[in-house]
Amino acid sequence: MLKKAGGEISAPKGVKIAHAEFPRPFESGLEYSPPARGDWNIVHMGLLIPKSHQIYFCAQGCLRGVVQTTAEMDAMDRLSWAYLCDEDYADASMEYNIIDSVCEVIKRMKDRPPCILVFLSCMHLFAGVDFDMIIDELESRFGGIDFVKCYMTPTMRFSGLAPVPTMYKQMFVPLRNVPKDSKSVNIIGYNWAFEQSCELVKMIKDAGFTLRELANCKDYESYLDMAKSRLNIVVIPEALAAAQELEQRIGQKQLYLPVSYDFGKIRDNYRKLCDELGIDLPDLSQKENEAASALAKAAELVGSMPVAVDFMATHKPLELCRLLLENGFNVRRVFIDVINAEDGEAFEYIKHNHPDIELYPTVNSSMRFFASLEQTNDEYLAIGQKAAYFCCTDHFVDMVGAKGLYGFDGIIRLAAQIEDAFENKKDRKVVIQHKGMGCQSCL
Amino acid sequence: MIHYARIISCYTADTSGVCSALYELGGMVVVHDASGCNSTYATHDEPRWYTMDSMIYISGLTEIDAVMGNDEKFISDVCESAQRLKPKFIAICGSPMPAMTGTDFDALALIIQQRCGIRTFAMHTNGMKSYLVGASQAFEMLAQNFCGKTGRSGKRPIVNIIGATPLDLSRQEIIDSIRSWLEENGFESGCCMAMGSSLEDYAGAGDAQCDLVVSSSGLEAARVLDKRFGIPFVTGLPFGKEYSRVLAEDIRRAVQGRENVLSCVERETDKFDIAVVGESIYAGSVARAVSLQTGRAVRVIHTLDTDDCVVAQNDKKLADEDKLEAEFANYGVIIADPLFKPIVAEQTKFVGIAHEAFSGRCFRKTIPDLVNNKIDLEI
Repeated sequence: MLKKAGGEISAPKGVKIAHAEFPRPFESGLEYSPPARGDWNIVHMGLLIPKSHQIYFCAQGCLRGVVQTTAEMDAMDRLSWAYLCDEDYADASMEYNIIDSVCEVIKRMKDRPPCILVFLSCMHLFAGVDFDMIIDELESRFGGIDFVKCYMTPTMRFSGLAPVPTMYKQMFVPLRNVPKDSKSVNIIGYNWAFEQSCELVKMIKDAGFTLRELANCKDYESYLDMAKSRLNIVVIPEALAAAQELEQRIGQKQLYLPVSYDFGKIRDNYRKLCDELGIDLPDLSQKENEAASALAKAAELVGSMPVAVDFMATHKPLELCRLLLENGFNVRRVFIDVINAEDGEAFEYIKHNHPDIELYPTVNSSMRFFASLEQTNDEYLAIGQKAAYFCCTDHFVDMVGAKGLYGFDGIIRLAAQIEDAFENKKDRKVVIQHKGMGCQSCL
Repeated sequence: MIHYARIISCYTADTSGVCSALYELGGMVVVHDASGCNSTYATHDEPRWYTMDSMIYISGLTEIDAVMGNDEKFISDVCESAQRLKPKFIAICGSPMPAMTGTDFDALALIIQQRCGIRTFAMHTNGMKSYLVGASQAFEMLAQNFCGKTGRSGKRPIVNIIGATPLDLSRQEIIDSIRSWLEENGFESGCCMAMGSSLEDYAGAGDAQCDLVVSSSGLEAARVLDKRFGIPFVTGLPFGKEYSRVLAEDIRRAVQGRENVLSCVERETDKFDIAVVGESIYAGSVARAVSLQTGRAVRVIHTLDTDDCVVAQNDKKLADEDKLEAEFANYGVIIADPLFKPIVAEQTKFVGIAHEAFSGRCFRKTIPDLVNNKIDLEI
């Protein structure tokens, strides 16, 4: 119910995909923040490096979010900070203030960490701080600690490499150029460990390769061992810059096998993988048939119930919508602010074949009132937290960043989660407000 | 000057203070910021975000707009949303980047007001000060511009509650407890700035005989109301059975004598064994309540910039982690937010009272309602 708004507010209207422009269907303007928090931020990502410590340098307002993220993970022993005051940004002491603060923090530690991620802010970059000099000085003072340049610079999000790809890139800077093991490969730039049932994992392991994933590294040494792998497999576009940097710097080949909901593209991915590993492509028809059957079964169960999907659920929400539409689901709404270039083909397909599907922004100022003005409860089956929030439904697949859903195995799992969402409600208000899906939370 | 911490949390900033103070009033608050301020505020500082609509937005500032001084985008975006959503007023706030580029928020407010015909106020925040500074500015603005006098007089003295935000008092039930306590003590509770009252309620704020200031962020507004309407104020929160009685007496004293009473600072000033850490009026009230209930001397350690009028003689003002750690070692008991615990020595007894402005939503469920209740802490 709408409370305390200034005047009469009418429900925001979606844009029919037939009339939507690619890649930005909506005008920019003031931005709202819907209360769906399952996405990962730079704190969650950085903490994947075992035993690493993070130190943030920024204004108090910017500090608050990263400190609270860490506190909710009960990981305050892995984060330190120093804040900038009014008088700090106008003088020439920023570099030495940072160095001195790092020294003081290290002095107060019982044990020195093997790696410290040093985060600077928009203010530092705007002031032209010499980050290289800071890192060089710190490395000269503290041998045995890998200092990594990291950035919390949202103002520069459209200037060069975006924040998330930058973070993935920096996360692998400590890897050194060591002799390569021809029988080992990495998956990089994915926040969770792959499911063991995933055919990608099975193919790699069945062929006798060692698979290294950051989420499975138990200690700093095993993280550094990722440098031994001869190949980096990347499954999301945000990690391509990291793979490129590693290829150039330490000679690890890269292979892009993007998350996909298109059976043909999934087959192509596996063909490329087998070519790269020098192995025969196994017969995937059984898994493919299982995926098709699982989708058909879920579609029959869900029937005509309208379905909504959001962009936070997966990197290719429109490709996912296409899969659902082609398998009989009644997709009606997509919550998306900007369409990923890799989703362009699916956008065109839906535009021509399902022109009435509505696109909605998530950050537009009117969206503040969308959930309040939504006339129904639990009418929709949502895929993603934002879709669940806006559509006011407890029937939702709690999906962020395509967690655990890769290949045919991923589609089978997704179909099972859709069935579960149809049959069982989740406590939407509680579930979607947890930060960093899969991370520890004190809430 | 460096301010660093190895392991403790930090207080939320001035922009969150503005948003929290103005949340319920039907106005639009726009933080001129890239992206972080709104999600941080909405996630960690605002328990009402999911259940109560409001118009709190960010501008989505980009580097190119900051470098080129493209204020027009900010102005037109604010006006576009305001004309569509029709807020009762607009408040615009600065963050670190506009502070660096020297954005003139007074001028922007004037232009926005002229262009869209809605009263617009500049909040002089920069993301580098504590929430108290932002909330204080917002409350002062409300007192100057939206509080009035209707001439209504009640049979009982009317008492306003000034300076209430969830950042200090977490939830509406605590405000409701304060209202009940006022009624039980023969007062009529007036408007609450700013939890549970509408902007229309402020039109009668000047009819009150006393303002109860419940956070140091409310002091400037109370001074404005004193100046405009001659309303005296009392500082304190009615915590514990004994201090609740004392505070009620202090309000009577203020009403009868038309004098300000700094109730929360009237404490013992030596032989401290217990320290309470945090915002001055909340911590001062806990200190008085504990002291009156147990007979032990309690010192307040003020961890935020505060007005000297709510600092008792021999209290301490400390903000940096290393200095706090050294100071905490001097006491048998520390009462503080749980995120201070890592710097409290093992031999010192630690009693946690969560403070939303420090630990966000981590311990929200455990925040006690101490109003007119026996202080049930293991001290």
